[in-house]
Amino acid sequence: MASELISVRNLRVSFGSDAGTAKVLDGVDLAIRAGEIRGLVGESGCGKTTLARAILGILPRNSARIESGEIRFGGRDLLTLPESALASEVRGREIVYIPQDPSTAFNPVFTIGTQIDDLMRFKSPLLRGGADDRQGFFNSYPRERRAADRARVLELLRLVQLPNPEAVLRKYPHEVSGGQRQRLMIAMALLPEPKLVIADEPTTALDVTVQAQILKLLKQLARERGVAVLFTTHDLGAAYEICDRITVMYAGQEVEEAPVDGFFERPSHPYTRKLLDSLPSSEAGIRGIAGEIPRLIDPPPGCRFHPRCERATGICRTERPPPEAVDALHSVRCHHRLSATEPAS
Amino acid sequence: MKTLVLIVNRLIWFFPTVLGLLAIVFFISHVIPADPAAFVAGENATPETIAAIRARLGLDQPLHIQFVRYIEAILEGDMGRSIFTGRPVAEDLMSRLPATLELTLVTIVVASLIGIPLGVVSALKRNSWLDHALRVVTIAGLAIASFWFAILLQLLFSMRLGITPLSGRIEGWGPEPITGFYVIDALILWDMEILWDALHHMILPVATLALPAAATIVRFTRAGVLNALESNYVLYETAMGYPRRLVIWKYVLRNALIGTVTQIGLIFGILLAGAVVVEAVFDWPGLGLFAVNAILSSDYNAVMGFTLIAGTMFIVVNLVVDILQGMIDPRETR
Repeated sequence: MASELISVRNLRVSFGSDAGTAKVLDGVDLAIRAGEIRGLVGESGCGKTTLARAILGILPRNSARIESGEIRFGGRDLLTLPESALASEVRGREIVYIPQDPSTAFNPVFTIGTQIDDLMRFKSPLLRGGADDRQGFFNSYPRERRAADRARVLELLRLVQLPNPEAVLRKYPHEVSGGQRQRLMIAMALLPEPKLVIADEPTTALDVTVQAQILKLLKQLARERGVAVLFTTHDLGAAYEICDRITVMYAGQEVEEAPVDGFFERPSHPYTRKLLDSLPSSEAGIRGIAGEIPRLIDPPPGCRFHPRCERATGICRTERPPPEAVDALHSVRCHHRLSATEPAS
Repeated sequence: MKTLVLIVNRLIWFFPTVLGLLAIVFFISHVIPADPAAFVAGENATPETIAAIRARLGLDQPLHIQFVRYIEAILEGDMGRSIFTGRPVAEDLMSRLPATLELTLVTIVVASLIGIPLGVVSALKRNSWLDHALRVVTIAGLAIASFWFAILLQLLFSMRLGITPLSGRIEGWGPEPITGFYVIDALILWDMEILWDALHHMILPVATLALPAAATIVRFTRAGVLNALESNYVLYETAMGYPRRLVIWKYVLRNALIGTVTQIGLIFGILLAGAVVVEAVFDWPGLGLFAVNAILSSDYNAVMGFTLIAGTMFIVVNLVVDILQGMIDPRETR
């Protein structure tokens, strides 16, 4: 699609360890359009975080290996870009990050203000195309730009509804609440005016009461600014709250991609269906999914879900199904996909 | 403001700690079976003479009264008279303290300037040839006995190459003491010749003391940096494209230094102990040499005075470390 902001194609990532090589991402495709809020859902260990970090280029260098694939963004393949270019031109500028646990993502021994100042010093939108676009430890931070940046920071801190922003900047991370820290993380993500926000389970570490506010805030600000979001979560409710489209991952493979309505009303992949069925409800109580997540060191061939799938046949064991369109925005990778009329299992 | 609260908080503990030190010094010197009165009286003294001297020294009083008198005397700066030099102990100590402090402080600065960057680089280049080489050097540096290393340095640089002085603190008498720190005095007098001479004499003793100190600093900095590199904040800072050098030398280093600063405090204590040996080898006119002479000549007042001064310096260093710690790590502030 022409309006694709980022497109990941056939990405394979493996992690080496003493026990063997874990094939954590197995030919993942993912395309996100400008301004779209995309959910990436799946169980723990399905590769959501690895995919998010691969896009940012921050996979651990000594254990992770990119076997194949490309990540097209702004006419370039991020996987072939040198680290220095990624760090200075992409990360923190075009693509930003909201971490899972804001209490450990802040550096504990510097004030919040210092950390935001350093971000703006190198990533301020005022730098774009400017003369001193270089990065360096000793680069000067001209007073006029500093003042303009400070005004932006305070404005955004107000937008994320932090009371008394000036005081917050003087505080240390441990002196503000978890919810405030995540509001700060959202503000820091938006300050460089990026095109894509990678939010890796941004609410998992927060109290349930705070989660909804943070999600609402993230959605509202992303919408207003036309920023795309890749939101990884294992919380289907959270995904429903804020996403336009949802991609489901299972054991390192993406299995279904659907607009949020289609996802909840017409799941086409047996795994998606089971995932939805596993949501606790008053009639059914809590239901799990039979079987276990496969070991990624020695994963099942073909569709990795086949050992747990009632519909699996011979072809599922040998061939990974190609993406098939259910409708214009909805596609699924299954040899035996569910039709819309089929009743829940 | 926070720093001020911190400093006041730590200062409150300073005085009880010093009182504890005084008690330890006093009681240790009084459980030693030797009788100072008999010692002062000499070999052929009659019991009556000894009793008279005991009364004069106040040794016939109950222990708690003696302790109170001891503290009173200390508060007046009176540590008794040295039987070896015949001069007041306090005066002797104060004239020698700057020599030892100068040596120790310069050693700490040199060891930190070498050890901290090497520790960071060693962590960044983990398991490279540089890291392995540094590991060998640091283990060797901790294992080598300082008196032996000092003699080796003298043999090579003073005797064979003749590029450093063999011993002493300065040629001749040195400048008229202002602070007693030759480097500072030379700067005050703006006398480059004295400055150079003082620094020149410092090279070998500082090298001897700095080797194990720098080794410890390298190892703790390396561990601290590795620990910080694994942290979530480094992942976040990397993900947000903070320049690598900024992440390492500002954000990582400050976290890593929390452990290193504690070590530097401990190293200071080790250096004071090590100074006794190194000052003897280099004939350095400091507290260490004084203490050795005092112990060898059973000079009680001098030994007690040295113990008190060394202990007090250690308490002061710990106080400074505590305050620095609080300034580096805001979570420590209470």
